[in-house]
Amino acid sequence: MPRWLVAVGVLATAALLLALPHVLSFSQREVLVFMTINILVVCSYRLLTLTGEWSLGHVVMMGVGAYASALLAKKVGVFVPLAMLLGAFTAAMVALVLSVPLFRMKGFYFLIGSFAAGEIIRLLWKRFRDPFGGPKGIKRIDPMPDFDLGIWNFTFFDPVSYYYFALLVVLAGLFVMWRVEKSPIGLVFHAVHWQDNLARSAGISVRAYRTLALVLSSGFAGLAGALLAHYIGTVNPNMFDIEQMVYVLTWAIVGGTATFYGPIIGCVVLTVVNEIVLREIGLEQGRPMIYGMLLIGTVLFLPKGLEDLFHRLSRIGLLFSRQPRGGQ
Amino acid sequence: MSEALLEVRNLSKRFGGLKAVDQLNFSVAEGAIHGLIGPNGAGKTTTFNLISGFYRPSSGSVLLSGEDISGMPMHRIARRGLVRTFQHSTLFAELSVLENAVVGTYMLYPPQTFAALAGLRLSRDDAAKNRARQVLEFFGLLDHADELARSLSHGHQRALGMAVALASRPSIVLLDEPFTGMNPEETRGMMKLMFKIREAGATILIVEHDMRAIMGICDRITVMNFGRFLTEGRPNEVRRHDEVIEAYLGKSKQNA
Ligand SMILES: Nc1ncnc2c1ncn2[C@@H]1O[C@H](COP(=O)(O)OP(=O)(O)O)[C@@H](O)[C@H]1O
Ligand SMILES: [Mg+2]
Repeated sequence: MPRWLVAVGVLATAALLLALPHVLSFSQREVLVFMTINILVVCSYRLLTLTGEWSLGHVVMMGVGAYASALLAKKVGVFVPLAMLLGAFTAAMVALVLSVPLFRMKGFYFLIGSFAAGEIIRLLWKRFRDPFGGPKGIKRIDPMPDFDLGIWNFTFFDPVSYYYFALLVVLAGLFVMWRVEKSPIGLVFHAVHWQDNLARSAGISVRAYRTLALVLSSGFAGLAGALLAHYIGTVNPNMFDIEQMVYVLTWAIVGGTATFYGPIIGCVVLTVVNEIVLREIGLEQGRPMIYGMLLIGTVLFLPKGLEDLFHRLSRIGLLFSRQPRGGQ
Repeated sequence: MSEALLEVRNLSKRFGGLKAVDQLNFSVAEGAIHGLIGPNGAGKTTTFNLISGFYRPSSGSVLLSGEDISGMPMHRIARRGLVRTFQHSTLFAELSVLENAVVGTYMLYPPQTFAALAGLRLSRDDAAKNRARQVLEFFGLLDHADELARSLSHGHQRALGMAVALASRPSIVLLDEPFTGMNPEETRGMMKLMFKIREAGATILIVEHDMRAIMGICDRITVMNFGRFLTEGRPNEVRRHDEVIEAYLGKSKQNA
């Protein structure tokens, strides 16, 4: 692709992302903030799946970031953006500790083990009123402090301001994850996933790289959790339960995990379906059921996810756009 | 004779009641092309799996340059310079030929996690690619560098398996049945490669059940049958050994 075309594409996307909140209603703007944060969650989940392991504890790691950031800001008085980074770091470190027992297991056992580990963490939040606040969690978490850029006055109670802030953080996170995937580390992740024994005989410690993927993906999940905590101002154990995990899984599977953009498509499409279709026709209560049906439908009829459909459509598009040149 | 690079001492592996490898002893001299042969089911692949760390021995030990490596995980043994190929073409099917070889250079140029996070391009990444190209050229695969590994012909896949193994310049490489499924011309090409690999400085331990295929390339051959050591010697000694003939003929009579 010519460079100017890439530049035009990037500028158009940027303009679209900047303009987006202004064409939405207030409640839709709130959903937009959640969706932006969820994109970071589902993309960080995909980072873990690059090494072939699927976890059921990812949303809990998001919660670890949320709790840690909330507590650091509220009890220690840490500057909120710094607390968010420390929250991400805490989630990464908790994942590092959990990896010791968890990576004694593989596949299905890892899946169950990760679920159990997540439930233990949620139990700790419920059990220890101090500092976690018990079942009711933590309330009145410090918001992002307002600041004035001159051209834009950021008041973070306003979804538009917070959307811009979250978008920046999420894009930075996606950029780092994308770079890791394209780096030699990403190549090793692939090797570990698809031929672990050949990887071992090339001198690769499969376990070390599975751990690296888990730690990085949990760090980014923790960052997403911190973004969420300081937006809604409260965290509690039920926000990070298995139902939430099933939503993340559904976004990832419906979107597909073979490409970087697959999970993003999944998250965006399902959020739009949820907010516009389900809410409009008053079927919101049926969300778990409809997600379940979508999940089964995808596995049966579109096993490679929406990304595959997208890929095929764009190939057809390319075919048409190339036809004039085909005649040369 | 030069010093033993690899030594197997009283090595045994039981699977339930079956003794797949039973009190096996042999050693491989530095710079040799050493054959390990025996009828199907003799325990050759199991021996490879024990040496390379894929299985833990039930008893006995494996020494590499005099140091005990038995029971170590596979990647640690690889880092000590002992690398293997697998019996069936085992490759990273969805990666390009070049990327396969780059994974093979992992031990020479291990990637840096923090550089990847920070988006730094390291000179070692280029060095890894250069080494990968070099080893592909050695195996006549450079023209296929950008193809997917799974789209290669059978013979090329075998060669790529060896390229991945040799990319890290191991001191000894274990090849499991590299001639299987090859036509006579491919076999001749592979034999030439063996000599080239030795010239490049690697010791070779090669498993085959086809005795004829490796008579021409091995300096020394160890024969095993039913998991046990049968005999050892130069190819023409082994060829004339009564029990070897019996082991193979007995087998082929059963098969017939
Ligand atoms: N993982 C295993 N579990 C049980 N039995 C095995 C296993 N691997 C090999 N065997 C048995 O051990 C014996 C030796 O097998 P193998 O080492 O593959 O022989 P070869 O490579 O010489 O043909 C065979 O009887 C085989 O069935
Ligand atoms: Mg075998």
